[in-house]
Amino acid sequence: MSKGDAENRKVREHRANITAAGYAAVVLAALALLVLTFAAALSVGRYHIPVGDCFGILASKLLPIAHTWDDMSDAVVMTLRLPRSLAAALVGAALALSGACYQSIFKNPMVSPDLLGVSSGACVGAATAILLDGNSVMIQLGAFVMGVVTVAVTTMIPKLVRNQSTTVLVLSGVVVGSLMSSIMNIIKSIADTDTQLAEITYWTMGSFASIDKLSELVPVLPTILVPMVVILLSRYRLNVLSLGDSEARTLGINLGATRGLFVLCSTLITASCVCLAGTIGWVGLVIPHTARMIVGADNKQMLPVALLFGGVFMLFIDILCRTLTAAELRIGILTGLIGAPFFIFLLVRQNRSLQ
Amino acid sequence: MILEVNDLSFRYGGGRTIFRGVNFSLDKGEVLSILGANGAGKSTLLNCVANLLRPASGQILLNGRPMSAMSVSEVARVVGYVPQIHVPSYAYTVREFTVMGRTPYIGAFSTPSAEDYRIADEALERLGISHLRDKAYTEISGGERQQVTIARVLTQQPQIILLDEPTAHLDYGNQYRVVRMVKELAREGYALLMTTHNPDHAIILDGKAAILDRDGGLTVGRAAEILTSDALTGLYGLPVKTVYDEDAGRKVCVVC
Repeated sequence: MSKGDAENRKVREHRANITAAGYAAVVLAALALLVLTFAAALSVGRYHIPVGDCFGILASKLLPIAHTWDDMSDAVVMTLRLPRSLAAALVGAALALSGACYQSIFKNPMVSPDLLGVSSGACVGAATAILLDGNSVMIQLGAFVMGVVTVAVTTMIPKLVRNQSTTVLVLSGVVVGSLMSSIMNIIKSIADTDTQLAEITYWTMGSFASIDKLSELVPVLPTILVPMVVILLSRYRLNVLSLGDSEARTLGINLGATRGLFVLCSTLITASCVCLAGTIGWVGLVIPHTARMIVGADNKQMLPVALLFGGVFMLFIDILCRTLTAAELRIGILTGLIGAPFFIFLLVRQNRSLQ
Repeated sequence: MILEVNDLSFRYGGGRTIFRGVNFSLDKGEVLSILGANGAGKSTLLNCVANLLRPASGQILLNGRPMSAMSVSEVARVVGYVPQIHVPSYAYTVREFTVMGRTPYIGAFSTPSAEDYRIADEALERLGISHLRDKAYTEISGGERQQVTIARVLTQQPQIILLDEPTAHLDYGNQYRVVRMVKELAREGYALLMTTHNPDHAIILDGKAAILDRDGGLTVGRAAEILTSDALTGLYGLPVKTVYDEDAGRKVCVVC
């Protein structure tokens, strides 16, 4: 048994077994929770709007309904809460999915877009584009290119030191991530303090606050939704890939093409999320783990559940960000506060289940 | 012939030649056990046939077709591979793990069908391990894992089954259970190719055996004929004797 195997054992999953009926119940419950959280996201805030009115406002855009609410409510829902809540749900679902995907490709339950450094890399790419006065297309492109470069560097280090263990991959992600934040600081120090700095700072902590028009979602929709659909459709192959290279190939998987497609999709998703809302850590790690604990490891069932949980979680966090304090909190602060202790809980639980 | 290997040689990226001039063939119902010292390249040879490594020269034919001209999934429908036992990072159930044998028949955008699960359940039944079905593959014993991996390879419905040291890491009883299983599979018409460190296993299987020597040459023949005292003594650098045992009804290897 190689050293890598022995190390992997320490972070192995404990499984829950679930019946078909149990699974259907979980999916329905998650869907119901998503609808409830979404309704709450529209209703809750400094300006309270009854849930009934929220649905009325949404429905009135499509159906001829008598207006029983004031114009202020309409404006708050349509320009403040609806776009940002849609963005939050989308980003949460997308990050959970790309995290689950990375975890299978790297055969490692401890990786995620932020731990691999993809998020901070994408952030550097976006910041560089801002520094060069690039438009939104250039920002998106910069985020994606640097995201891909970072994931390539992170995964190259374990190969260079010839140790493919969990520890080395996570360490290498930490190293690359901190390299990226150093570069980020350089960019900040040379950025124009009046125009560029605020915009760049916005990426580093993550926020949905600036999304106040539905049209702001449009440019990133294709690069989030298309990869999400591709991953969801081919999710069964993730099971096979997670067994390791030789087994996947002898089971008939074309390794280079399949893995390349998954890395491309997950990185596109992560970079697009960075473009929309900046770096948001922990979701890609914590949500797939929670989903696995409830429905088991099979990606066929786990991925759809992780997707729904991700949406619910991010909506919930965004509500807290808006309502906890007078000044709005950054998303990254709360996901870190919740994610880091949860990560420790996972480590403790997994070690215990093996003893 | 299901499998023909012609004049095969392999070396790692311009380095030392691991083996050269290797020839053998395997038909329905035949077993070939490959013996060799540690590091002689048994697994390398097996990995070439498994389509995991590209030979430096020579040809591997599957049912007369060169393997190099077939797609990965075409090869996977003919050749099944039982790797050495290892524990994956995710706790798939035994049933989920077994059904992955259907991968070469499942489209890229598809998931296993009811029929695929039926074939997997049948394989588990066939090995008498249906009771493990809903257990986590990560939490069963090594012997059970070996059996589940064999169930997965049956689910793959190949014509050739390759086993990489199937008895390694198993206790004495489980080793013999695996050897008996291999014999049983040969009787059912599978062609089997396995590497082993135990010449007794090759003798019990009573099929073909091959010795990969330190110079990278492969000697192939009937197990009973080539596994002589002299050959084994040379192979392991120990005085080994094969003697006939009345009770076992076969030859056994002993170190003198």
